[in-house]
This record gives sequence, C-alpha cells and structure tokens, in this order.
Amino acid sequence: MTEWLERHVPKMVLAPSFVAVLIFVYGFIIWTAWVSLTRSRLLPKYEIEGFIQYERLFASPRWDTAMSNLVVFGVLFIVIAMVLGLLLAILLDQNIRTEGALRTIYLYPMALSMIVTGTAWKWIMNPGLGIENMVRGWGFENFSFDWIIDPDMAIYAVVIAGIWQSSGFVMALFLAGLRSVDGEIIKAAQVDGIPTWRIYSAIIIPSMAPIFLSAFIVLAHLAIKSFDLVIALTGGGPGYATDLPATYMYAMAFSRGDIGQAASSAMVMMAVVFAIVVPYLYSELRAKRD
Amino acid sequence: MTDLALSPPLSRPWGRLALRWLLFTLLGVFALFYLMPLFVMVTTSLKSLEEIRTGSLIAFPREVTFEAWKTAWSGACTGIQCEGLRPYFWNSVVLAIPAVLISTFVGAMNGYVIAQWRFRGANLIFSLLLFGCFIPFQVVLLPMARMLGILGLAGSIPGLIFVHVIYGIGFTTLFFRNYYVTIPSELVKAAKVDGAGFFRIFWSIFLPLSLPIVVVTVIWQFTQIWNDFLFGVSFSQAGTQPVTVALNNIVNSTTGVKEYNVDMAAAIIAALPTLIVYVVAGKYFIRGLTAGSVKG
Repeated sequence: MTEWLERHVPKMVLAPSFVAVLIFVYGFIIWTAWVSLTRSRLLPKYEIEGFIQYERLFASPRWDTAMSNLVVFGVLFIVIAMVLGLLLAILLDQNIRTEGALRTIYLYPMALSMIVTGTAWKWIMNPGLGIENMVRGWGFENFSFDWIIDPDMAIYAVVIAGIWQSSGFVMALFLAGLRSVDGEIIKAAQVDGIPTWRIYSAIIIPSMAPIFLSAFIVLAHLAIKSFDLVIALTGGGPGYATDLPATYMYAMAFSRGDIGQAASSAMVMMAVVFAIVVPYLYSELRAKRD
Repeated sequence: MTDLALSPPLSRPWGRLALRWLLFTLLGVFALFYLMPLFVMVTTSLKSLEEIRTGSLIAFPREVTFEAWKTAWSGACTGIQCEGLRPYFWNSVVLAIPAVLISTFVGAMNGYVIAQWRFRGANLIFSLLLFGCFIPFQVVLLPMARMLGILGLAGSIPGLIFVHVIYGIGFTTLFFRNYYVTIPSELVKAAKVDGAGFFRIFWSIFLPLSLPIVVVTVIWQFTQIWNDFLFGVSFSQAGTQPVTVALNNIVNSTTGVKEYNVDMAAAIIAALPTLIVYVVAGKYFIRGLTAGSVKG
C-alpha cells in the first residue's frame, strides 16, 4: 500500500492542476465555442443553430472597426516597439557607465498597470490642459494635438501609450541577446577592420533571429489581448472608434447582454492568437525533443 | 559583454567624441520620454486644481499641496461611494497575497514533478498547461462568470483569488519546471536509494535550492495579479473591486468637476506596490519577464 502510494504520489500531486486546466481552460473553451453556435442573448441557450453569431459578427460595423483597429494598432505597436527596443539596446550596448540606471528608466513602465499608463497618458494628451495647451503656451497658438478625442486619430494615441509601456521590455530582450553573441567573432571582425555598423547589421542582428521571434510573439500577444489600456485611455471611444476585439467582447458580454456575440468574438480572438502562437510553440517543443 | 564601443580608428578622435555626444544625447532624450509621464503624474498630483488650470503641464508646482493625495486615498468617488482608493487598495492586498502564495506553491510542486518525476503523459500535461498560458482570457470569461455563480463565489474576493490561481498555474509551473530541469536527476536517485520519499526530497533538497526562482515567480505573479484589470472588472461587484478597477472608476466617473490632481495621485497610489517591487528587485523582475516570454 505505501509502496503503491509512493509510486503514484507524483501523479496525484499533478492531478488537481491537470483537472483544473481541463475544466477551466479546455472545458471552458468548448463551452464558449458551443455557445457561439447558438442563438444565446441575455442567457445562454444550448441548441446549436450554426454560424449565425459569426454572420452577425462579421456583418457588424462595430466589429469591423474593432478588427481594423487591431490591425492598425497591432502593426504599429509591434513594428515601432521592436525598432525602438533594438535601437535602445544597441545604444545601451556601447559601454555606457550609466547603463544600469538608464535600463531601469527605460523598463519601469512595464511594472505599471495598463490602467495607470492609460490614466497618465489620458491626462498628458488631454487637449484642454495637456501637451496641446503646453505647446500653445510656448507661443505656437495654432498647435493642435487632440488625437484622443478625434475618431480618426484616437487609435494612434493608444499606440503611443502602448509603445511607451512595452518598448523597454523589448529593449531588455534584445540587450540580453546582444550580450549572448559570441565575442570572439566580433573581435575577429574588428581586427579585420569591418566598420561597427556592418558588424551589427551583418553579424550580430542576424544571429538574434530567435529573439526577434520571441519579441514578436510577446508583442502580438499583448496587442491582441489589449483591453485595459483602451478602457483607461479612451473607453473605446469616441463612439466606438478605438474599440478592439477585447473591448468589443467585454461590451457584448457585460453591458449589452449579448452572450452569443461575446462568445463568437472571443472565439475569433482565440483563433487569431493561435494562428500566431501555435506554430511557434510547436517548433519550440519539437526543437526541445530533438 | 560584446565590447563594441562605436570606435572608429584612433586617428579621428574628434569624430569619436562627436559620436559619443550623439549617443548620450539620444540616450538622454529617450530617458526623458520614459520619465516624462511619471514626472507629470507626480507634479500634477501635488498641484491645486487652480494651478493646473492656469499653469503648464510640465511646470513644477508653485505651491506643493497633498490635498489631492488625501482625497485620492480616502475621499474620491468611485461611482456613488466616495471612500477613495483605500478600501480597494486593501482588496487588492487581500486578494494578491493568497493568490500569489497558492499559485507559487502549486507551480513549485508541479514543476518538481514534471522536471524530476517524469511519468508517461507528464509531457503532455505540461504542454496542456503551457497552452493555457496563451489563451486570450476572453474565451473563458463567460463560463467562469457562471461557474463562480454556481460555486457561490460570484462577486467575491475568494472568487477572484480562485480565478487568479487557476490561470496563474501555467506560468508558475513553467518557471519552476525550467528551473528544476537544470538540477541533475542523480540527486533524486541518490536520495531515493537513501530511503527518502517524494516530499522529503522536495523539502530537504529542492526547496533550499529554490530561493531565486521563488523570488522570480512571486514577483511575476504579484505584478500580474496586482495589475490585473480584466478579471477584476468582470468578476467583482461594488465593494470587492481591486484597486485597478477603482482607479478606472475614479478617473472615468462623470459626476462633478474633473479633478486631475486626484486622478494622478490615485494612479500613483495604485502603481506604487509594483513600482517598489521593480525598484527593489528589478533584477528578478526582468528575469521573470524574459523567462516568461522567451520560454513561454
């Protein structure tokens, strides 16, 4: 009996987590997928009706806005944060004595809640008293910076705040990558008189390909899940000009009482995440097994 | 260290000096970009409303007043109630501490099993847990709301603790598993020969080695849970909201005069715990960030 126990203890330790994940992750995904195929409104119904919710979703102008916002936000956020993060990492890699302090400054936004970030930038970009007012006070009477209340520009305001929050983190990833490049190769290149920018562009940066991939995955993941930043910065507005899939889903689930729409939009979000993450995870797991 | 100073040949010292200046200017400009919002938050929170209306965004306060801080802590309105952030701050404390401890403990046990007590199917379970880290939580919000109702935990702090533990297990397991994998399996074998059992080996061999990864995991989980908004806003009700939800309610409440100084003071209060953790244990914070993202 004790021997049997001893042999099975590891399994029993892991079992609760396994069961919890089966129910609360996979079971719940199945529940949401199921409900997304029904006519559920305020309360869930369980008779499958086909893809009507998805038809409604793709016909909805608000969802259309949310998806195109995700593309605009996602592309700008990922590209700018990566470029800025790489630039900062390279600048910091030049034997700077104050590197530690600068790194702390560049990275601290990552410790903040998106709600705090949104609150701060909402105030800074406030047209009445924020940057606009400040620049006008310097004598540029016609200066205008009202993106946050301009339906066409508000999503770019979200991009600014998002980049401020996350670019330092990309820098930290790249800096770690720069430091792991083989020093011997670089020394050899220097001895050969190859200019520094060529060493970066031809040797160091190409060797960091896996880090680019990681940074991309993390940023894409952040972009798709972006919810709190939009809520705090613009509340999805003006109107629904800065809606993202996550805020759309939340509005349907908790203020509109449209469970069918909430479920189907959540499933589309998951499909987007998995389209990006699954190939990455698959290659990671396979690489480990080899 | 790659030791790659932007170093053209020594025959051009002026060019080198100019490059160094350019480098420091750029680094300084970026430092200002990252510091500016914090600076604006702090100075705005110390100004009177009158001064905010008449002064410039980046001006130092002419007269420092802590009124806004007092209001933010104990008087600001989050809707109908006007008790400030204080009760919600404590909600977050009461919620974060058990959620962090439980999820760290569960992660340690899981990681120990997956790394050192492999059995058939353990890898599959690990993969299943890992995928759980990546799902957008929107996909579990609706059923979780119903489940919490069935369990009698709807709108309660224990309910939120439960949710954070469940969805934290993936990451905590990953952290510990990756750490314990580096410990040679001969150690377990030798201990088994000496008659030590599963828990004994964990307690007297693995736990003493675990301090660094415990710190990383605790910091990671604390930051995640303290800063969470999605679960907080979805699964709480008036009175049980965490601090992020209360902050958002204060800032976006539409009644009365907009008190920007109070908003900023409230934002700083909500940010302080994680900021302090970052300043005190930045090394571990960064390690968690990179481990959580590179490997996850």
